Amino acid sequence: MAKDTHVTPILDELETGPWPSFVSGIKRLRDQHDDGRIRGMANDLLGQLEHSYETRKGYWKGGTISVFGYGGGIIPRFSEVGKQFPESKEFHTLRVQPPAGNFYSTGILRQLADSWEKWGSGLVTFHGQTGNIMFIGANSENVQHFFDEINDYGFDLGGAGPCVRTGMSCVGAARCEMSNCNEHRIHRTLLTRFTDDIHRPALPYKFKFKVSGCPNDCMNAIERSDFAIIGTWRDNMKVDQDEVKAFVAKKGRQYVIDNVTTRCPTNCMTLNNDDTLTVDDRNCVKCMHCLNVMPKALHPGDDKGVSILLGGKRTLKIGDMMGTVIVPFMKMDTDEDYQRIVEIAENTIDFWAENGLEHERCGEMIDRIGLVNFLEGVGLEVDPNMVSHPRKSSYVRMDGWDEEAEKWFRRKAEEKQKAVGA
Amino acid sequence: MAQQPQMRTPIESGCPDGFQYMHPVMRKNFGRWKYHEHPGPGVLRHVAYSGDEIWTIRAGTQRILDVFTLRKLCEIGEKYADGYVRFTIRSNIEYMVSDTSKVEPLKQALEEAGFIVGGTKNSVAMMSHTQGWLHCDIPATDASGVVKAMMDELIDEFRNCDMPNRVHMTTSCCQINCGGQGDIAINIQHTKPPKINHSQVSNICERPSVVARCPVAAIRPALVDGKPSLEVDEKKCICCGACYPPCPPMQINDPENSKLAIWVGGNHSNARSAPSFQKLVAAGIPNNPPRWPEATAIVKRILQTYKKDAKDWERINDWIERIGWPRFFELTGLPFTKYHVDNWRGARNSLNASTHIRF
Ligand code: HEM
Ligand code: SF4
Ligand code: SF4
Ligand code: SF4
Ligand code: SF4
Repeated sequence: MAKDTHVTPILDELETGPWPSFVSGIKRLRDQHDDGRIRGMANDLLGQLEHSYETRKGYWKGGTISVFGYGGGIIPRFSEVGKQFPESKEFHTLRVQPPAGNFYSTGILRQLADSWEKWGSGLVTFHGQTGNIMFIGANSENVQHFFDEINDYGFDLGGAGPCVRTGMSCVGAARCEMSNCNEHRIHRTLLTRFTDDIHRPALPYKFKFKVSGCPNDCMNAIERSDFAIIGTWRDNMKVDQDEVKAFVAKKGRQYVIDNVTTRCPTNCMTLNNDDTLTVDDRNCVKCMHCLNVMPKALHPGDDKGVSILLGGKRTLKIGDMMGTVIVPFMKMDTDEDYQRIVEIAENTIDFWAENGLEHERCGEMIDRIGLVNFLEGVGLEVDPNMVSHPRKSSYVRMDGWDEEAEKWFRRKAEEKQKAVGA
Repeated sequence: MAQQPQMRTPIESGCPDGFQYMHPVMRKNFGRWKYHEHPGPGVLRHVAYSGDEIWTIRAGTQRILDVFTLRKLCEIGEKYADGYVRFTIRSNIEYMVSDTSKVEPLKQALEEAGFIVGGTKNSVAMMSHTQGWLHCDIPATDASGVVKAMMDELIDEFRNCDMPNRVHMTTSCCQINCGGQGDIAINIQHTKPPKINHSQVSNICERPSVVARCPVAAIRPALVDGKPSLEVDEKKCICCGACYPPCPPMQINDPENSKLAIWVGGNHSNARSAPSFQKLVAAGIPNNPPRWPEATAIVKRILQTYKKDAKDWERINDWIERIGWPRFFELTGLPFTKYHVDNWRGARNSLNASTHIRF
């Protein structure tokens, strides 16, 4: 046990109760670790944290720390009460990109743990809210050593500051029957393209990619990423009528009516007298509700792809915003499809880098300049799926109407031709 | 000139490939899964078109892991689960096994080691949270502590999956709200404008960028005691704290006057209704470490009311949509105040322009 162990009467109360306690974890580092450096760091960290609990104030301040060659990826933390708690006075966090889908072997986790206790505090989080593995607590000197070591065996820093941030993708095709795309390939393709923008913060503000394999959006992409990719399908949902019958037999007609058909937001499902289901697929909005209730009987269709939504973010500065549909549907089958999604992301980030104000998220820029200006800037066509309804305000100059209408009809004719040709 | 020490050039490998760490049965059946079942709390069974199956056992942890705990989790994974794990967006750990007979021993090993098996289906999942006093530079409370204290009280809801639908909770230690949207979100709210340490402003802060940061244009450059500083129009200030990160002398944290607020109905799924943002229901709750009993009591009250009154498959936002907000306040016994009426941009969209009223 460390000699001058700080007393922590308030924190001790967080060791009671059945949920695992992070305080007990830090104490284990303080009392049981072989390395005196880690014991000392844990002890002073607990001291400072107890002080925060006493005074209800935080005592960390930022600064600048990075590894050689990079501009970001590390959250620098210096203690304002470092005199009292010297061994944790430098306590920086390294944001490290996790494997797509957050898969690990215990072997690689052990390797990361070994590296981290060699250079850091021994405290780590899988994962932060942006998706990074957060290695919490290295001093200024060891940041570089730790990075060098894990970088050698395949890990790289994520983003911090005005840059492309670490991405996230759901478990998706690896285990989930709802998946409509290869989430992990999309994730890695996009993030790899923007590696430079992750490591060298030079954008107006943060920019996040998140990939969910279906509209259940387990990754919270629409609300919390600037560029949300959501898997979906556009042909008919697959209905296994035998499984429907089995479900009705088990749960009863009333349950199916109350919980499946009448809960469909577009009323496009009917339970027939013979206990089969009819779906009016033209009106299904792929909300996932009925598939969630009957995962054995109902499955996404075969014509799979993704929707892209842009500009989700939280409050600062102009208020919360959901992402907006900018690509209603695109296939994600061929290498060209992957090139195309990269191109859309490139055009978006380039346009925003040029036109966004300092500290202005992409969605806020769109709010300021209007969606149409943005679409013209990145070379995407308007689509009725981008709005929940057409304009209400009559205050607009419309002398380009005829050409725009002409454009629409031309586009529709081309699409028709292409469909016939294909 | 002395020679510069040779620096190592980073390998900019970016996001690692998850395939190398994936259970072989998942690798083999990638994109070929047929359906899943929920045999019991904390356990999922996925069946592939090939007939293969994979069992997932999910457990809650303390999120801020020490290496001892991490190695314990690895040891359990090696002994019972072929050495493959993954983490969820809410920092739960998942073990995957292809052999049914491994499920019960694995669950037992986790519980014996102090982890909590659950968090699947209609449970109150582990709260996602932010940094707090442990690591952020602007927190008004400690997210890890709030979550530990609350999960102690909600452990049965985590284990039992008997809510009408899943409940996602989040907590954030300032209004920047890194924790994000939740069915229930417990966030701290500053209630007093920043106190400015004028002697430091000119040394530390780039004044124009601080002025630009304020969402309500409450900050003006000013001369104080002959030195360039900043002043805040306190009538305009909404106490958001956005000026603090670029200008730490604008102290926003206030041990007495920063209070917890509770928001409900954030739902990021498209299932049934479109994704929705969380809405304010309670505020002025004391920031009362280490157990925050007042906040927990309100959260429990909301959860109990939801459990009793909502129908199967209704998320909290769906339930409130059906019964209406007046009834929500009535059932939960929470006060409705002038602070519940939005006055930010687009606020009129949240006002009632119909006679749709439930009596
Ligand atoms: C000094 C300023 C800030 C600090 C220290 C900070 C810290 C953090 C940390 C530690 C995370 C988790 C990171 C991870 O997963 O690796 C995070 C995520 C996040 N931050 Fe902040 N943050 C700051 C400013 C902001 C601001 C100004 C906003 C919004 C306007 C913001 C919004 C968010 C959001 C929404 C997330 C979660 C992102 C997601 O899951 O997509 N943060 N922040
Ligand atoms: S988002 Fe859809 S595909 Fe991805 S894990 Fe969730 S339910 Fe499965
Ligand atoms: S997915 Fe949604 S919209 Fe489509 S049929 Fe099912 S419940 Fe209706
Ligand atoms: S919510 Fe605020 S205080 Fe908490 S981690 Fe995020 S920025 Fe820091
Ligand atoms: S707390 Fe927010 S509203 Fe008040 S002065 Fe600072 S930035 Fe402006």
